[in-house]
Amino acid sequence: MSSAPTTTYVMPAPGSRGPDIAFKWVAVFAAAMIVVLIVLVGWELYSGSRLAIAKYGPGFLWSSEWDPVLEKFGALPFIFGTLVSSLISLLIAVPLGVATALFLTELAPLKVRQPIIIAIEMLAAVPSVIFGLWGVFILIPWLRDSLFLWLKKSLGFLPLFQGPIYGVSMLAAGIIIAIMILPIVTSISREILRSVPNLQREAAYALGATRWEVLKIAVLSYARRGLFGAAVLGLGRALGETMAVTMVIGNRPQISASLFAPGYTLASVVANEFTEATTDLYLSALFEIGLVLFAVAILVNAAAQVMLKSMTGSGPIKVN
Amino acid sequence: MLPIKSKWIALLGALSALGATCASAQMLINGAGATFPFPIYSKWFNEYAKVDPSVRFNYQSIGSGGGQKQILSETVDFGASDGPMSDDNLAKAPRALWHFPTVAGADVITYNVPGDPKLKIDGPTIAGIFLGTIVKWNDPAIAGQNPDLKLPDADIVVVHRSDGSGTTYIFTDYLSNVSADWKAKVGNGTSVSWPTGIGGKGNEGVSGQVKQVPGSIGYVELVYAKQNKLQYADVKNSSGSYVTPSIESVTEALATADIPADFRFSMVNPPGATAYPISGCTWLLVYAEQKDHAKGEKLVQFLKWAYSDGEKLAPGLDYAPLPDALIKRALEKVQSIKY
Repeated sequence: MSSAPTTTYVMPAPGSRGPDIAFKWVAVFAAAMIVVLIVLVGWELYSGSRLAIAKYGPGFLWSSEWDPVLEKFGALPFIFGTLVSSLISLLIAVPLGVATALFLTELAPLKVRQPIIIAIEMLAAVPSVIFGLWGVFILIPWLRDSLFLWLKKSLGFLPLFQGPIYGVSMLAAGIIIAIMILPIVTSISREILRSVPNLQREAAYALGATRWEVLKIAVLSYARRGLFGAAVLGLGRALGETMAVTMVIGNRPQISASLFAPGYTLASVVANEFTEATTDLYLSALFEIGLVLFAVAILVNAAAQVMLKSMTGSGPIKVN
Repeated sequence: MLPIKSKWIALLGALSALGATCASAQMLINGAGATFPFPIYSKWFNEYAKVDPSVRFNYQSIGSGGGQKQILSETVDFGASDGPMSDDNLAKAPRALWHFPTVAGADVITYNVPGDPKLKIDGPTIAGIFLGTIVKWNDPAIAGQNPDLKLPDADIVVVHRSDGSGTTYIFTDYLSNVSADWKAKVGNGTSVSWPTGIGGKGNEGVSGQVKQVPGSIGYVELVYAKQNKLQYADVKNSSGSYVTPSIESVTEALATADIPADFRFSMVNPPGATAYPISGCTWLLVYAEQKDHAKGEKLVQFLKWAYSDGEKLAPGLDYAPLPDALIKRALEKVQSIKY
């Protein structure tokens, strides 16, 4: 190998700022591209949905009719479905994810940590459609014949658990999404908990705290902002989940108090109806659904950032 | 070391240039559209490659909506659609755009009733079920047509397609045809506002739900029901007999349907005594005047082959071929494509 020229590239002459400057501009370019991309996506969605915006105005957001034959379109049931299914998934995935992360960082013997971490990361690599198929053929029958019946029997006095049970439902969608966002919530929570300085734990132990008290006082309260950030990232994923959701949610554009009732999400209706939408107005309405999803995602994230700022406590300032 | 590397690069460059010239010698004809006929079209293009190796067809099954859009904007050489184009859409074409029916398929009514009986059912009853006015399996409307069966006092769960599809188009077209109530309240299209029921994605989504939910009823393509051994109903046709869906009864439906000169037709509920009533056609969309002489010539040759040899491949893939009289009419129209 000709070694002389290589070394000149690896070891720049002292004082040469070339690589520094080049790196700076590459980094600036990469960061700028993200902003440009978001603006372009927003613009493209807006220009695609102009026809529908002109025709339906803001009423599109609170109309709950979706009739492609008569070309009457409204996004409300889809917005409702997206928010509710994401919320259910967070209610399940965040406690589970944080508990798993706590177990992995604080309690688990070193020997079992790595296998569990690998298992969780494998979960993240399973394609969405596989979760959907598993949902349709295994999860749904089980939910219908056992969990849902049990919920109806024991909590049936709540409007949440009333009405006929089909299996496919808002709750089934929430559970599927929860499984899908569990890996990201767990891995980020684990990183956050690992970043809690040992000094915190030692100080708490020194005060005579039990293990649970150490976790509560020293670890969780220190890491709460970071954990909240992990939940927000999970939420971002949940809002956009499409394939698996559309396979288990029942695809019915309705607003129902019951979690056993079928629902519909913004992402699902676009995936379902885009290919066969033949009229311009119909296509435009689907574009507007995409625009609404984009806006919902941004608004939810912005709200989370505001909440994050108002949270007290030291610890990692931000994760995302 | 460096000179060797650059030699390799030069060689690679030369090879890829060679590859490019090879590819350009073979003509590529692009098409896009309907998903329902995708299996038979791929079979056709594969077989046709043996007949005429100088041309290669590339077909993207992106859906009928996309197919119509792309042929209108002329980004493809031919389009494909599971439903005939609307007058509005056809008016957007820069010049005459023709429909060519290729194969037909049927929608079957599949269900999950204890004992898996063979049901007999008529159009107004199907419409009543999907409208949500018939809600029990032992409703007199169903029981009356099946006096030998003991139907349970169970709720009917309606399952329909959630994704836009030609299958839904055929089904709602049929219901609009047999039920004034359906026509007024729902109408027909690739997606409609369903009065009741849950949505499954694709044929497999609908059949998956039907298999799992006791008391459910749905509609899927005949191909799909046969391959998955689903139980399906005999449907009463307009001459009053209950017909089992099959390739023959669909071809019979095509033979007795009223087909206009522009080939934009609906073949639901035809008069034939042995015709299955819930069936529909799929079309290729081709410009009457081809811009590119060479491509136009190859496309016409292919269409002629499709109507003669191609149609024979249809039953093997569970599609109904066109009846001879219709093939003759279609071939006459193919002859008049200008290129």
